[in-house]
Amino acid sequence: MSVEATQRAAAPLWETREPLVRLRGVKKYFPITRGIIFQKRVGNVHAVDGVDLDVFPGETVGLVGETGCGKSTLARVTMRLYDATDGTIEFEGEDITNLSGRALRERRRHMQMIFQDPFASLNPRKTVGSIIGAPYRLHGTVPRNRVKPEVQHLMELVGLNPEHYNRYPHEFSGGQRQRIGVARSLALHPKLIVCDEPVSALDVSIQAQILNLLEDLQEEFNLTYLFIAHDLSVVKHVSDRVAVMYLGKIVEMAPGDTLYKNPKHPYTGALLSAVPIPDPDLAEHKRRIILEGDVPSPIDPPSGCRFHPRCPNAQLPRCKDEEPVLRPFHPGQIAACHYPLEDRAVIDTGSS
Amino acid sequence: MPEPLLEVRDLKVHFPTEDGLVKAVDGVSFTLQPGETLGVVGESGSGKSVTFLTVMGLVTTDQAVIEGEVLFRGQDLLKLPKDEMRNIRGSKISMIFQDPMTSLHPFYKVGYQIAEAIRTHQQVSKHEAHDQAVEMLRKVGIPKPEERASQYPHEFSGGMRQRAMIGMALSLNPDMLVADEPTTALDVTVQAQILDLIDRLKAEFNASVVVITHDLGVVAEHCDDIQVMYAGKIVEFGNRRDIYYGPHHPYTWGLLGSISRLDSTSKERLQPIKGLPPSLIFVPPGCAFHPRCPYAFDRCRTDVPELLPVDGHHASACHLSLADKERIFQEEVMVRR
Repeated sequence: MSVEATQRAAAPLWETREPLVRLRGVKKYFPITRGIIFQKRVGNVHAVDGVDLDVFPGETVGLVGETGCGKSTLARVTMRLYDATDGTIEFEGEDITNLSGRALRERRRHMQMIFQDPFASLNPRKTVGSIIGAPYRLHGTVPRNRVKPEVQHLMELVGLNPEHYNRYPHEFSGGQRQRIGVARSLALHPKLIVCDEPVSALDVSIQAQILNLLEDLQEEFNLTYLFIAHDLSVVKHVSDRVAVMYLGKIVEMAPGDTLYKNPKHPYTGALLSAVPIPDPDLAEHKRRIILEGDVPSPIDPPSGCRFHPRCPNAQLPRCKDEEPVLRPFHPGQIAACHYPLEDRAVIDTGSS
Repeated sequence: MPEPLLEVRDLKVHFPTEDGLVKAVDGVSFTLQPGETLGVVGESGSGKSVTFLTVMGLVTTDQAVIEGEVLFRGQDLLKLPKDEMRNIRGSKISMIFQDPMTSLHPFYKVGYQIAEAIRTHQQVSKHEAHDQAVEMLRKVGIPKPEERASQYPHEFSGGMRQRAMIGMALSLNPDMLVADEPTTALDVTVQAQILDLIDRLKAEFNASVVVITHDLGVVAEHCDDIQVMYAGKIVEFGNRRDIYYGPHHPYTWGLLGSISRLDSTSKERLQPIKGLPPSLIFVPPGCAFHPRCPYAFDRCRTDVPELLPVDGHHASACHLSLADKERIFQEEVMVRR
């Protein structure tokens, strides 16, 4: 990929600010080994396979894709929870790819994470106060006698009753637990919050509460979100720009409305057409692109365009032999496809 | 009107616990016609699953106080002895669950598990049952069914496990299939595949289907009638046009306002329902929804509203007058969409 194409792939052209996070050529392979004593490397899971992405201050970048497309791995590499196999990760202009120890911890204060499962991500043996206050103890940003009022302030901020300081996680519902996770992530006043499927374990009515809370907090603290979900309608709702991942690569990226109206990559089209629309008449106008089968194994991804075995538009041999590069379409939109979809290919909004 | 396949009359399921009586289902009545698809929508703890677990005979008088009638082809299932109920369950009514990971046994091959279900109800040889199981896997769209039948559940992906479960549920050609959150654990692309599969098989096997879900989006494309449940009661019932284009209950409005819609043009705020679902031990007096309802007035706090039909079919349990409901929906709910 040329330098220019890389640049386009990562950021909208009108953006002149310095990105908060800049990923270049990020790869993460997990080794597959055989043998008990002499472990021999027999292959790799190509979880993330060359991703360029810029996240600008104050924006929300959504990341969608099916299970196993590498979206969570990408988030964890960004957080430096995994070491990247290749590529660079910059945070506020500083290369953090190889930081470790104290220097890494210092950087990590500014990036926090909210996890999917509000049942597994909170220690059941700790009180809520101690869970939310843990970042203060680890980083020592608040004197010990100030921790309790600070924590209670955070609890109030996310809509929890501060009097529940001494309760345990099992005494809270799923939505309330997710609020605890949000409060914990806010404790150190981070710049970036990575939300890994923050609402997919919750009821629809509670999802809306949490999404609104995240929006309010973003406005109040000027937060930047990297928002991961498999539900395109949730991602579109919260995100300024949406990146679609398939088998370790970004295949399309665009502002939410553009993506909804004019998806270019057939995979985006398939994802869009699979989302149920709570409107029976509109649902009938929708053109369905039903994908056959499951995502192929990332151990040995298909040649050329990785989507070609499932793609309804694939034309052999080109899609099989030649890997498409990300190229621009509408303003802010890039997609990697040899035979992109036409405008309004999935949902004809004009007729309803 | 033909004889309904299933008629539930004033069903109550109360679980005695140390903390008090949990009124999981509290007076639910509905009918299901042959060949119909019914959507049951509500939050966690609204009683939607317990209602159908009771219909299936999976909640029994050993665990709960059960009142009312569950008439299946005119026969009261609640009065049947256990072994007769076991004959009906699986062959006449079957159920698929949310989590296909935990509903298949990890020790046994998938084909064997389906064949076992067949052999429980039909006098066939092991070999014939296995062939039927392979045929079922083919019908639910699993590639290379012969090979797949001799694999273990961990070798299947989530979507394929759910397909195998559907295959098992339909292997005895039941009259009624209950799908309890069949797609919640799956990706949207797989969800679309599974819902289409259920639609297709429903036509092929001529079965009635009940889809239980918390997501009003899921049922919009697939259900004929929809019932909305809250705190153990049905609060609104109607066909899908009633529910999506003219709902009468503030709770249904709240559910619709909570959905992030792909087709919304601006980045408008969602309108979630305030607060949390009530504890089923201390259900609020009057209308159980009144503490969360922005339109509640005095009567809502004391009188329990009845589920009253407006035009013979569409019914809602709310004290607001019909004119008010239509006005509020047009002026305050519709404009936000």
